[in-house]
Amino acid sequence: MDLSYTPEQLAFRAEVRAFLAEKLPPRLAEKGRLGKRLTKADHEEWHAILNARGWLAGNWPVEFGGAGWNAVERHIFEEETTRAHAPRIVPFGVAMLGPVLQKFGSKEQIEHFLPRILNGEHWWCQGYSEPGAGSDLASVKTTAVRDGDSYIVNGQKTWTTLGQHANWIFCLVRTSTEGKPQEGISFLLIDMETPGVTVRPIVLLDGEPEVNEVFFDDVRVPAENLVGEENKGWTYAKYLLTHERTNIAGVGFANAALENLARIAALECAGGRPLAEEPLFAAKMAELEIQLMAMATTNLRVIARAAAGQAPGAESSMLKIKGTVIRQEINALTRTAVGPYAAPFPSELLDEGANAEPVGPDYALPATRQYFNNRKLSIYGGSNEVQRAIIGKALLDL
Amino acid sequence: MNFELSDERRMLRDALERFLRDTCTPTARAAAEQTETGFSPEIWAGLAEMGVIGAVFDESVGGFAGSGFDLAVVFEALGRAGAVEPLLEVVLAGSLIAERGDADQRALLETVIAGEMHLALAHYEPAGRYDLERVATTATATESGYRIDGRKAVVVNAGAADTIVVSARTSGDVADKQGISLFLVPRNTPGLTLRDYPLAGGGRAAELKLEAVELPAAARLGCEGDAFDALERAVARASVAQCAEALGLMEAIRELTTDYLRTRKQFGQPIGKFQALQHRMADLLIEIEQARSAVINVAGHLDRERDLRERHVSAAKQLIGTVAKLVAEESIQMHGGIGMTQEYELAHFVRRLIMIDHRFGDHLHHLARFVRLKAA
Ligand SMILES: Cc1cc2nc3c(=O)[nH]c(=O)nc-3n(C[C@H](O)[C@H](O)[C@H](O)COP(=O)(O)OP(=O)(O)OC[C@H]3O[C@@H](n4cnc5c(N)ncnc54)[C@H](O)[C@@H]3O)c2cc1C
Repeated sequence: MDLSYTPEQLAFRAEVRAFLAEKLPPRLAEKGRLGKRLTKADHEEWHAILNARGWLAGNWPVEFGGAGWNAVERHIFEEETTRAHAPRIVPFGVAMLGPVLQKFGSKEQIEHFLPRILNGEHWWCQGYSEPGAGSDLASVKTTAVRDGDSYIVNGQKTWTTLGQHANWIFCLVRTSTEGKPQEGISFLLIDMETPGVTVRPIVLLDGEPEVNEVFFDDVRVPAENLVGEENKGWTYAKYLLTHERTNIAGVGFANAALENLARIAALECAGGRPLAEEPLFAAKMAELEIQLMAMATTNLRVIARAAAGQAPGAESSMLKIKGTVIRQEINALTRTAVGPYAAPFPSELLDEGANAEPVGPDYALPATRQYFNNRKLSIYGGSNEVQRAIIGKALLDL
Repeated sequence: MNFELSDERRMLRDALERFLRDTCTPTARAAAEQTETGFSPEIWAGLAEMGVIGAVFDESVGGFAGSGFDLAVVFEALGRAGAVEPLLEVVLAGSLIAERGDADQRALLETVIAGEMHLALAHYEPAGRYDLERVATTATATESGYRIDGRKAVVVNAGAADTIVVSARTSGDVADKQGISLFLVPRNTPGLTLRDYPLAGGGRAAELKLEAVELPAAARLGCEGDAFDALERAVARASVAQCAEALGLMEAIRELTTDYLRTRKQFGQPIGKFQALQHRMADLLIEIEQARSAVINVAGHLDRERDLRERHVSAAKQLIGTVAKLVAEESIQMHGGIGMTQEYELAHFVRRLIMIDHRFGDHLHHLARFVRLKAA
């Protein structure tokens, strides 16, 4: 056993750090640090900077324009970017659709779509969930009926993250009602500018319109936008979900959040001394740190195995549960740390350059919003209850 | 032992619940959010008319109730409806006026009880967190009275208040219990400025700046320098009210969540059939019963000797804060995506419930305080 990184890995970390120091716009880092709203243009700016360096798609093979990093390198990159408060890479095109097309897409799809994901021409969103199909994704009802060389799509998707910015959506659609529900699902790529597509924003608990409903009303989609074979979409969807879950522990995010908490606890005073010295508060913070230290290693163990070519099984479910719970608890303690200033909810201050007078210390503003927003972590991408069921099934042999 | 409500309290509760069911709807709340004060003047007028404001005061100042259990009954009903009307501010500031006011000052409470005057308490300060004795704002004697300088943090309802009770130091060091005085400050007094904003749990608050605010000597509430004990009592009363409100919010959330578990279907059955969720709902029910008992405890000890009273205040705040977090988080989780949306009713209830921990001390603050009070 050797817990240290190799010299190559350390050199890579230094390279990432130097790149961030040079190329991450201070304006974006500042927004990240203060929890301000990121605009579509902010995301696009950062994607373009990464793409120019060939680092936007760390997980893609070099032949497709990716960086070809293994799991350890991806992990290092995530740690460094979150520490630097860089915007996170919007995952839908790069982390989700990209790998699916590379494995199951046609030559034409690969050649057409992959470059456009990288250059920002296409902003993708994920159309899996529906009002009646959440954890039970196999029950999707949105239909795609073959008509000549098109599919006619009707139905509704929901919880579509950042769909308001997207011009393309990858969808699970029903192409057959025969047999098991999983067997009649197809994976379809839809241009959101096609007539019949409407998007309605949904405001979340933190007051932000992060997700959307997407309606399809007789939307005509060229048949060549079908990925793989008709009625085999479930296989591709599952492949995508395992990709969605590989970096799900979010150790980098948790580390950054814990650092932020420590900074707040050093600045906030309770009873005339720093909150960080208040024994009960310090104990809570220490417990989270201890949890996180172990989780970081659990994560690295899984990553090392993945880098050696083994597919993660129930471990990714364990990481998802542990990772989300730790982050949520850090968020909760951060909310507690800001004390009475957790209560103000002035949304105008979340905009860059807002010149309204601030309320309380600058670190207070995002605490409550982040706490409420991150309740989603244990719901989406397969809820923690569903993950427990996966662990149970895989390990109990019942 | 008798844990039954008296007939009068039961009648008050039933009438209040009926009134709020009709008036305090999600639509009304959304409309109120857009207003300058953040609450509904119609609901406020209705509360006054029903005698609900009078129920938080005793006869000596024109009310008709005012005990811990009266506060609990009223505020549980307000919580159940998710009401955001600033009655807690009346309890806080009103208790101080009732206890320390002279005849003229106490006469203000008649207008308050009639629903015609709004109050706020400006006591906590930007760097003071939850420390009740930490007052840096100063009141300096002048020829005609006092001059006040300082800042106050997150003063709930300040923007709507006609009169604000302001604490300021007339002597002593920043963290001394001695030397704190109270003043009645009309909101439009020159030198008093407000930075007003909405709150995560509904309603509005403001940061107060007091710069050379000139007050006549008659603005002082009670004697000079000895307001700490009264502040502690007022916060104890407000804590009873707030804990009861939290209990009402928990009950409303419990109802929404059990309904959802019965109706939401996944994998061909109501999700409430999954034992994983059943057990968690059972745990919530147990904890909500604990919360109810904590409210009864603190309400029943409000008029007891200081140490006993304050130990119960901290116990209740600690327990309620902890259970509130559990209830809010588990209910969101069991609702799935719907639980994350602002337009669904749950959002308001969980936000308000979570925010209760950020007033008068959170669960960690009160855990530490409980330990200290027991050791003393
Ligand atoms: C912020 C956010 C962003 C999202 N972004 C996207 C997106 O971009 N694209 C997309 O397609 N989807 C997205 N989703 C949807 C997300 O994947 C679903 O919310 C999730 O799958 C849960 O489904 P549901 O909301 O319908 O909850 P339900 O499936 O109704 O679940 C309700 C509760 O029941 C529990 N439950 C369900 N089945 C079982 C069981 N068998 N055993 C035990 N417990 C069970 C769940 O864990 C949950 O606690 C997003 C969701 C959120 C909240």
